[in-house]
Amino acid sequence: MKDILTFSLIASTIRLATPLVLAALGGLFSERSGVINIALEGKMLAGAFTAAAVTHAVDTRLGMGNASPWIGLLAGMIAGLFIAAIYAVTCIKFKADQVVSGAAINILMLGIPGFLSGAFFLSSGSTPQIPKDHLLPQSPVVIAISIVALVLVIWYVIYKTPFGLRLRSVGENPEAADAAGVSVSKIRYSGVLIAGLLAGMGGAYLSIGQSSLFTRNMTAGRGFIALAALIFGKWRPLQTLLACLLFGFTEAVSIQMQGVYKLPSGDDIPVQFIQMVPYVLTIVVLAGFIGASRPPRALGIPYEKEK
Amino acid sequence: MPKLARDLLFPLIAVVAAFIVGGILILLVGDNPIEAYRLLLGSAVSWPDGIGYTLFHATPLIFTGLAVLVGFRCGLFNIGAEGQLYIAAFATAWVGITFANLSSWLLIPFCFAAAILSGAFWGAIPGVLKARFGSHEVINTIMLNFIAVALVSYFTQYHYKVPGDPILQTAPIGAGAHIARLGKFVPGFPERIPLNVAFLLALLCCLLVYVFLWRTKWGYEIRATGSNPFAAEYGGISIRKQIVLAMAVSGALAGMVGINEVLGYRYRYYDGFSDNYGFTGIAVALLGRNHPVGVILAALLFAALQHGGIYVDGFSEHVTKDIVQVLQGIIILFVAAEAFFKWLVGRRQRVIGTQHVNLENPVIVSKEI
Amino acid sequence: MLELRQITKRFGDVLANDQVDIVVKPGTIHAIVGENGAGKSTAMRIAYGFYTADSGEILVDGQVRDIRSPHDAIALGIGMVHQHFMLVETMTVAENIVLGAEPGSTLALDLKSAASQIRQLSEEFKLAVNPNEPVEHLSVGQQQRVELLKALYRHARLLILDEPTAVLTPLEVEEFFAILRRMREQGKTVIIITHKLSEVLAISDEVTVMRDGKVVGRVQTKETNAAELARLMVGREVLLRVEKPDAEVGRPELEVRNLSVTDIFGTKRVNDVSFEVRSGEIVGIAGVEGNGQTELIEALAGLVEPARITGEINFEGKNLNALGARVRRELGIAHIPEDRHRRGLLLDFSLAENAILGVHYRPPIAAMAGSIFLDDNAVQRRASEIIQRFDVRPPNAALPARALSGGNQQKLIIGREYHVDPKLLLVSQPTRGVDIGAIEFIHRQLVSLRDNGCAILLVSAELEEVTSLSDRLLIIHNGLIAGEVDPKVATLEEIGLLMTRGH
Repeated sequence: MKDILTFSLIASTIRLATPLVLAALGGLFSERSGVINIALEGKMLAGAFTAAAVTHAVDTRLGMGNASPWIGLLAGMIAGLFIAAIYAVTCIKFKADQVVSGAAINILMLGIPGFLSGAFFLSSGSTPQIPKDHLLPQSPVVIAISIVALVLVIWYVIYKTPFGLRLRSVGENPEAADAAGVSVSKIRYSGVLIAGLLAGMGGAYLSIGQSSLFTRNMTAGRGFIALAALIFGKWRPLQTLLACLLFGFTEAVSIQMQGVYKLPSGDDIPVQFIQMVPYVLTIVVLAGFIGASRPPRALGIPYEKEK
Repeated sequence: MPKLARDLLFPLIAVVAAFIVGGILILLVGDNPIEAYRLLLGSAVSWPDGIGYTLFHATPLIFTGLAVLVGFRCGLFNIGAEGQLYIAAFATAWVGITFANLSSWLLIPFCFAAAILSGAFWGAIPGVLKARFGSHEVINTIMLNFIAVALVSYFTQYHYKVPGDPILQTAPIGAGAHIARLGKFVPGFPERIPLNVAFLLALLCCLLVYVFLWRTKWGYEIRATGSNPFAAEYGGISIRKQIVLAMAVSGALAGMVGINEVLGYRYRYYDGFSDNYGFTGIAVALLGRNHPVGVILAALLFAALQHGGIYVDGFSEHVTKDIVQVLQGIIILFVAAEAFFKWLVGRRQRVIGTQHVNLENPVIVSKEI
Repeated sequence: MLELRQITKRFGDVLANDQVDIVVKPGTIHAIVGENGAGKSTAMRIAYGFYTADSGEILVDGQVRDIRSPHDAIALGIGMVHQHFMLVETMTVAENIVLGAEPGSTLALDLKSAASQIRQLSEEFKLAVNPNEPVEHLSVGQQQRVELLKALYRHARLLILDEPTAVLTPLEVEEFFAILRRMREQGKTVIIITHKLSEVLAISDEVTVMRDGKVVGRVQTKETNAAELARLMVGREVLLRVEKPDAEVGRPELEVRNLSVTDIFGTKRVNDVSFEVRSGEIVGIAGVEGNGQTELIEALAGLVEPARITGEINFEGKNLNALGARVRRELGIAHIPEDRHRRGLLLDFSLAENAILGVHYRPPIAAMAGSIFLDDNAVQRRASEIIQRFDVRPPNAALPARALSGGNQQKLIIGREYHVDPKLLLVSQPTRGVDIGAIEFIHRQLVSLRDNGCAILLVSAELEEVTSLSDRLLIIHNGLIAGEVDPKVATLEEIGLLMTRGH
């Protein structure tokens, strides 16, 4: 077990944490504005599928080569944005139940990629393979630097800019924000849309960074792990980053141990128990066993002015 | 408009609207929507396969729809039916394997109890967490889904698999635990169709849930808590108890999916068997307006789609069975955004209203438009 | 400065504002008075852009303006302090004040310069607060100052204050009025919404009186008096005294010894209170709202966790501390809560289902198989008895409680609580938001219940109500019983003094 903490483990932790960080930070914008985001999963799927499909298309049809993953990334972000826009309109304009519409988006996004790839690629839910050199950069150093930079920027936006102040106030007490002249719906739209961009980006990294194609339901619950990380990180950017790294680490460990290490009895180490760690931790934290995690006060409540 | 018509009208509009949006998508990928929908829905009414499989697919959806309904009526959102039914299905199989030699008279009730109690237990966990620590059941049920899946997959893989079996499934349950397929009683209905008595149990549960919620003091207390927890508390009702009770009942209902799956269909626990039953249950409950009768109707619709999906896959050029999930998602979105339709209608009314005001009070017009 | 013309606003079936005209002159303090539910707050929320009027227009400085949101109102120099403060509790004073009007650029929030500006304003208007303190640590009075600073920071020329004195003691009210006068001297215009006539006479220059959503009077303060305003507000001469025979007092039913109650945030809201209520008497509790009355009643009703209570609550010699609401009801304690929508009713449930709340689990309502099933006949019977005896309209037990007017909802609750023949009745704000006819009915019912030997503990923010109904009157201040007076002989000044100063 000594050599478990190798460079390759650290590298794979960073790699696996990246989509989580992106989605969780997206969720942070949405939830800080008071809109629950259980639809992160759907937005990631949208981003992952679109990114892979577009990268493949511009690569093979237009021959854009090295530029194609970047166009794919952009397309993935736009897909996340588009899904977020649907979610935002149902939740903010039509005051639909946020959990219900989030669940709807997730179910919809389980179907849409398969539906489209069936039509365009005549496959059962996956996109064609993209050549290795036409993928997003995967150097752990580059990724680590970009992620840390992004988290710092987000921290600054949340705590040191007027937008951040408004965002936080809308999530805590939308009526007060409204009375102070802040447009609650504008802020919530921005929060949800930013979440879509970032979650779409996270999904794109999954399909054209970590992997080289989109496969059916490839997020496999990462949107929910991101949500868990957000809660575990108490809705704060730096803590959320740490939570994502922790959850990425558990995933990396469970992958590395599979079939390699044996218990003294000669049996495999059951990876299922390592996979459970993020979920169990989230429940424990939410119950307040390890420092209470208090959600934004207005989270999940549509803002109704005239009641 | 009479109440019943109003209750039926809105879900109907949502379904039709979803089919229209779905039809546009089908057009966009270059297929004929009418043909696709004919395959999708038409296959459900054929005898015996179409009807048999639709009812079979409807069975778990009725259970999960009822599970979500009971939660909703207590003001709780049980997204955890998926986890509850996995735990319950495994527990059912475990009893069926462990006590395989018992006679049917004992073994079947044991297996039923295992499904119901283990589902109730897994459902009660988020209930207790909410009642005791105030933590949100939505997050906890999502987390518990993943934990449940990992847990049963571990037990299947490491303890109950037949050695050498490439499929992740347990050993078969004892023959005494099998429950009858309807083919046994219905003339002309082949026994190969897995529709079994669990379907009748599901219908019975609809009746029981109705009686429980609207005719017993416990149901009254659950609904009072869901309607206004502060008033319920004032009326001497312990909200904490109701939360735990509702979640346990909800989990028990979801758990009965295990009866259909293990005792009536596969006769073993098969890892990853659930075709999103727990999540579709949300759609079923919502489309069914949180009423047991509505749940039956909505479950039938989604089951028909699910069955038709296979035909779409086989016979349609571009459209795949994923269209089913797409339709489901759009239906829930429309049901959730009920205000969307009211807004569509309200728009028109407001225009009429303005004209009306216009005649009486010209000053206002400039402001309204 | 501000003019509302023909403003009409409907909420569902309720006509909250019916062609309201209000003219506020610059540099004056303008009072808008009326009973609860008269439409004062609605009119002002429309002026502030919180609601949009169905019809009518708003003029600011003589020009028609389209005010669609508070943002528009703020841009026109209008500020509003709401009855329930609009503050983000987790944020600091400075963050709250600048929110929506942040200093610095889009990319950088300049809280330092904000803090110095806030200090300057605090000095100018004598509104002392620490800009860096989180709002959740502030007292109610300090929070009000933050609200005022928020408006001043936005260069409000017109301040709308909704029931600003409801949370203040009379002494604080004096200080507060001094601040308002200072603002007027500085050229600001102030609108104060209130239903307290003495305050109107003390502070305002002009008065607009509203009743049932309409403006029913506009007068100069100098040319009017309390009697005239009261007549305008209520629409007829006000009946001040309830006719009632002397109390025939029996044995003590409720004995409270050294009771203290802490709220969920750990603040002590009721502090070492002792008193008793005997059968056949009404004991009133007078005090400014928010001085612990809510917590006291909820603790007695069994709606506060035992862990937050110290001292003793005894009922007929039995200690209640550890007992829940259900057991207390079984012992004969009934409760008419202060907020009927929050506590008293299941608004989506039918009248019949509301009529059984609290007795739904035992015979005759629950029957068969060990009292599991609800007996529909028994439910309907109980509902129709209550509806008839208390004249609940419309008399249709199948309607949802939401469909009833405030007065009828209250009658339903009172009917339900009377139906159990309580030995002790806890009653809070029994006539809040209830029309005059229903008020007299409710008062008579309370007295007749007393005459039948029930012990009644009555909390009301209406001083007149509590003095005229009570046989003994306790005054609560800051969670403490400040004194007891005989309501038959005590003057309002005497009571007011106790409400202010405590011991």
